[in-house]
Amino acid sequence: MSAPNKVLYDAPGPKAIARTRVFSIVAVFLLAALLAYVLFRLADQDQLSYERWGAVIDPTNDRFPLVWQQLGEGLLNTVKAASVTIVLAVVIGTLLAVARLMLGKWGRIPLAGAMELFRGLPVVLAIFFASRVLTDMGVNIAPLPGEDGLWFVVLGLTAYNSVIIAEIIRSGVANLPRGQREAGMAIGLTSGQSMRLILLPQAFRQMLPALISQIVVAVKDTSLAAILGIYPELLLQARRISQFLDNPIQMLTVAALIYIIINYSLSRFAIWLERRLSGGTSKGDVEDAVEQQPVGAGA
Amino acid sequence: MSPVFDNFGRFVDGFQTSLWICFLGMIGSMILGTIIAGCRVSPIPPLQAFGTAYVTIFRNSPLTVVLFMMAFGMPELGINISYFTFGIVGLILYTSAFVCEALRGGINAVDPGQAEAARAIGLPFAKSLREVVLPQAFRSSVPPVGSVIIAMFKNSAVVGAFGVGGDLYSEGNRLIGAGGFAALPIFLGVAVGYLIITLTAGVLLGVIERRVAILR
Repeated sequence: MSAPNKVLYDAPGPKAIARTRVFSIVAVFLLAALLAYVLFRLADQDQLSYERWGAVIDPTNDRFPLVWQQLGEGLLNTVKAASVTIVLAVVIGTLLAVARLMLGKWGRIPLAGAMELFRGLPVVLAIFFASRVLTDMGVNIAPLPGEDGLWFVVLGLTAYNSVIIAEIIRSGVANLPRGQREAGMAIGLTSGQSMRLILLPQAFRQMLPALISQIVVAVKDTSLAAILGIYPELLLQARRISQFLDNPIQMLTVAALIYIIINYSLSRFAIWLERRLSGGTSKGDVEDAVEQQPVGAGA
Repeated sequence: MSPVFDNFGRFVDGFQTSLWICFLGMIGSMILGTIIAGCRVSPIPPLQAFGTAYVTIFRNSPLTVVLFMMAFGMPELGINISYFTFGIVGLILYTSAFVCEALRGGINAVDPGQAEAARAIGLPFAKSLREVVLPQAFRSSVPPVGSVIIAMFKNSAVVGAFGVGGDLYSEGNRLIGAGGFAALPIFLGVAVGYLIITLTAGVLLGVIERRVAILR
């Protein structure tokens, strides 16, 4: 693991090294005991048996192909919902950000207020609105391509993510040096042109890592559909399979691992990108900067 | 809006339950988050590994998976407690990972020169932490911890959607579903309830931030 934190600890002397070693051994022992207890408990409740795991991990098992076909479908649905959401949210978010930056006081203040209100609402409420309230109000989403469930999730998540992304882009533009816009005006661009040609491209570039972290949040949030039971994404599929095979712990573990692999790769990619974009900053600085991942709803 | 006022008592009850979930979640995740952060910054490699694994797992899985695991997985192990407790435990497990990272960010934000200066003037380990490093770390972790906690308040609705019952979300859901009330006014009532919680928390966080920011 990493060297001891140098803000907290001085370079260790021989005594401290010896002490650390003793504590390490004790800690390994305790963690091993904890792990052993968990495994014992799992085994005791018959959770490690072939009966419960076979259909998930053994390719020769009869049910294996069907289970993974169902999971794959769920994963595909998750990816579909998350990507449609992100694309729509980036488009709408950019429009909102530009509107907030370019409107006069009378347009800007109500818009900022509305965005602030939206940010205070739980995402699950936005999905609830799309799936229950809109239909109750007689809004018909059937003309949209694809199944209704997809659009319930996408509409709810887009509404929330647009506001978040607008804020990311707005702060990206606001953090650019003033001279960028002034130079645009000086060579005769209108303020709309300098926004489009000079400011936005730079803001996008700088904010790319933050946008990718937001994708992680969107992927997690698609799973809210499973709670409302409106769209067969990864988690809902895993849940349905587990009801059929009677192995909730095993199926949920597999689903969790899939989410962790996707999201972990995405956040590593964001860190890598940030390091590349910021040019020679030391590794430590950048890691610390990106470690602050946004808390989505699912977070 | 009459469906809201006719059922105002339900809304107040739901609001109180939601507030209670938020409060328990906040206390629990602050405590557990601090412990995990302690592991991650300790000089003991196995504890660091444990902290890193915890954060990686819980930060990358959706809260919904954690809640499903609690509600459907735990009974398989013979652990049967109420959905309410499962919901809060799940929320705490999930949020702690983010609290841990926010606290760790605060520690990493302290200039190493500060700690070196503390050692140079002869302060012993405990004193240099207590008087120099941790006060500064605490100050710079207030804003990120605050936004994690506000996000958790919003996530309390997920716990509600999960069927805890009796909280703001569930009350609204029941009024629309079984109650047969028009969806829009009820929805607006629920939304206002959550806004009261999150906006108030935002204002309070702003006040605290200004308080602790003075000395920097």
